[in-house]
Amino acid sequence: MKYETVIGIEVHVELNTKTKMFCRCSADYFGKEPNTHTCPVCLGLPGSLPIINEEAIKKCIQIGLALGCTISSKSLFERKNYFYPDLPKGYQISQYRWPLCIKGELKLDSGKVIRVNRAHQEEDTAKLTHQGGESLIDFNRSSVPLVEVVTEPDFSSSEEVREYAQKLQQIFRYLGVSNADMERGDMRLEANVSVRPEGQTELPPYRVELKNINSFRFMVAAIEYEVKRQIEAHEKGEKLSQETRGWNEDKKETYLQRSKEEAHDYRYFPEPDLPELKNMDQIKVDLPELPSKKTERFVSDYELNKQQVGILVESIEMADYFEKVVEAGKQNNVTPVQIANYIVNKKVDLSVDPKQIINDIQDKTSNLISDDAEFEKLAKQAIEENQKSADDFRAGKENAIQALIGGVMRLSKGKADAAQTVKILRKLLE
Amino acid sequence: MKIDVKRVAKLASLPLSEAEEEKYSKQLSKILDYIEQLNEVDTLDVEPTFNVTGLSNAMREDQVGDCTIPQEEAISNAPVKKDGFIVTKGVFNE
Ligand SMILES: [Zn+2]
Repeated sequence: MKYETVIGIEVHVELNTKTKMFCRCSADYFGKEPNTHTCPVCLGLPGSLPIINEEAIKKCIQIGLALGCTISSKSLFERKNYFYPDLPKGYQISQYRWPLCIKGELKLDSGKVIRVNRAHQEEDTAKLTHQGGESLIDFNRSSVPLVEVVTEPDFSSSEEVREYAQKLQQIFRYLGVSNADMERGDMRLEANVSVRPEGQTELPPYRVELKNINSFRFMVAAIEYEVKRQIEAHEKGEKLSQETRGWNEDKKETYLQRSKEEAHDYRYFPEPDLPELKNMDQIKVDLPELPSKKTERFVSDYELNKQQVGILVESIEMADYFEKVVEAGKQNNVTPVQIANYIVNKKVDLSVDPKQIINDIQDKTSNLISDDAEFEKLAKQAIEENQKSADDFRAGKENAIQALIGGVMRLSKGKADAAQTVKILRKLLE
Repeated sequence: MKIDVKRVAKLASLPLSEAEEEKYSKQLSKILDYIEQLNEVDTLDVEPTFNVTGLSNAMREDQVGDCTIPQEEAISNAPVKKDGFIVTKGVFNE
């Protein structure tokens, strides 16, 4: 029998607000001493009262709008009740029946539409570190704003999941709402995976939740493994059950974390300590031009191919830089296509002056220095002659590199390629 | 009204003896019967109320305040601590 895969994805993203979701503790906890960013509210002490961080709500709305969601006019927080050492109150303040953003979508490159069920606001839990037979708790992360984006079970392959997750990460970064770094845990993926006989329309009676997987690559591997495991089980006539599994990278296999025999019951109820949110659809937030729109515009306005555009719009900084160079090229009849080729091929560093890129493209035919050793000699000389800028750069002043680039240009009498110059200077200054 | 005390106790993470289960089962049923009386009121045209303050959109600016307490104080109630962390039984040892 042939089988098809059914996958739904839940993404949690930690917002980069200054303070936590419901208290004024700093939310900048990464790498800080444990339990130094806490107060009675985020420690869940009796009698403490939460207050909503407006900035977090705005960022959640931005995410919702970027995904084409409807912003709910009325939205409520609810208590999700369960016991775990990372949850001091015995409940997480989350949203259930009145999420802030509902029904959106994200389109994959193939044109396939992934339906987004909701994007809601909640708070993060404390961080647990497992050591020997015990767990260490750090409440610095407790109550940091978290947005959860939930899709319908619309994915049919691990590749679609990868593309979706990467697109979502790119959107979070464009919006500037999160670093969305998976390894640091800013962005976390959960996949609900099941398989069904091809042609069957109803959803399978079980689903396996893949959790605690901290990279795109591992998630793809885990899904592929899981699909194989489930198909084999089906073929052997085994019954698959609702459970949570993790990924063991050493063994390259998923493993059982928790079986859900005991159907958990979160007993959601509206958070009595937080008044409702009203007219949220009236809140004004700014949205940048998003990656999909930018891609379309770059392809049609600059006549570039999709692959190149993919690289140019990877980050908003890169896209802006490209457009600055295009602007600089206008007076010199250097075309966007030439510029795109140059930037993509040379992997140009964004600190290079756009005018310099134009000069380089025009000078391409003239004899630029191509010998690496010769280049390095000039760069070293420029650094020696300007130790102060070199020291400044090493101390973190990015701009100081400009003076050194100027130095190399002068020493080479303009025959140094700017992109190359930056690369060599960076290498020497590391 | 009957209530599944075993399940409620489990969800609330409360260990109950058999005698207690019996006792609380009766008590909780009585409480529910008492609350049941509210069902006699016709609420067909009434919007549910979750909040009695009458407030809405009570939000604050995203500015760090002075609520944060020192580490020693934050972990002072924990029976076991280590290097600034609170220590608990390993959650992965079943
Ligand atoms: Zn706090």
